Amino acid sequence: MNWIFEPWPWYVSGPLIALVMMTLLLAGKGFGMSSNLRTICTILGADKRAEFFRFDWKSQRWNLYIVLGVAMGGFLASQFLSNGEGVQIAPESAEKLKALGFASTGEAYLPDEMFALSALSDPKTLILLIVGGFLVGFGTRYAGGCTSGHAISGLSNLQMPSLIAVIGFFLGGLLMVHFIFPIIF
Amino acid sequence: MKSTFYIIVGLFFGVVLYKSEAASWFRIYEMFQFDSFHMYGIIGSTITLGTLGIQWIKRKEVKAVDGSPIVIASKDKGIARYLIGGTLFGLGWALAGACPGPMFVLAGAGSGYILVVIASAILGTFFYGILRNKLPH
Repeated sequence: MNWIFEPWPWYVSGPLIALVMMTLLLAGKGFGMSSNLRTICTILGADKRAEFFRFDWKSQRWNLYIVLGVAMGGFLASQFLSNGEGVQIAPESAEKLKALGFASTGEAYLPDEMFALSALSDPKTLILLIVGGFLVGFGTRYAGGCTSGHAISGLSNLQMPSLIAVIGFFLGGLLMVHFIFPIIF
Repeated sequence: MKSTFYIIVGLFFGVVLYKSEAASWFRIYEMFQFDSFHMYGIIGSTITLGTLGIQWIKRKEVKAVDGSPIVIASKDKGIARYLIGGTLFGLGWALAGACPGPMFVLAGAGSGYILVVIASAILGTFFYGILRNKLPH
């Protein structure tokens, strides 16, 4: 049973994610996590400010249950199904990150330099997290989907718009990691 | 009863995202450095099996459990919104190291600052809703 506590390889994880998508389709629902951000906006009262948020959010309640489950899954996996070892990325990536000042590479699940409470003393970190989150929320709605809606269910359904969106995801990601990281870190 | 079903599906998904390390900032960095096959293996095998599954649904006209036909809504045509929106999303994905699923996995895992990322992602969605009519689609 030791394998449960080790990181799961891609050939286990990928098929299990496909199973999640198929389960939702057979339940008559679609696989899309970012829609929940819009639903949360509506619940918070954004429907008074923009037409975009005027929809029957209760029809999306099932997806909020998914989110609740996802958070519970994160708790369960991190507390009880984990050996607590850091994420072992490729040595080439680890070296590049250490050169950028990410000393926690290989020892943590998330970089302490970005997410640890001690990073609070550095307003730069806080700004980067805010900007990062904002771009994810703005970009995903602009593009009409995120990794689950476009990259996974959209490409599985062979949709051209999803392919364009995924090309955009990579354009943005490559730009950030290769050109912006050396400036900001 | 139905809510329990969705919570269990979500819980399963959350465990897989955490254990596959797709919710780790480090894995996203590594993916954009092309230094490992890991993330490509996850996304690639999901899409391969997903494509087969969706073809099976379409060809056999498989019905949902409640008997209704399974309709996968196709996205509107266009290029600008997908390319610009996608690029903005990618910039944020690489910086924050989390997309909308893993964000909530990390919230459950108790990762301190992820709540800042979630709050600003909600704010970003709100701003899109406000600016929507002024943006090229």
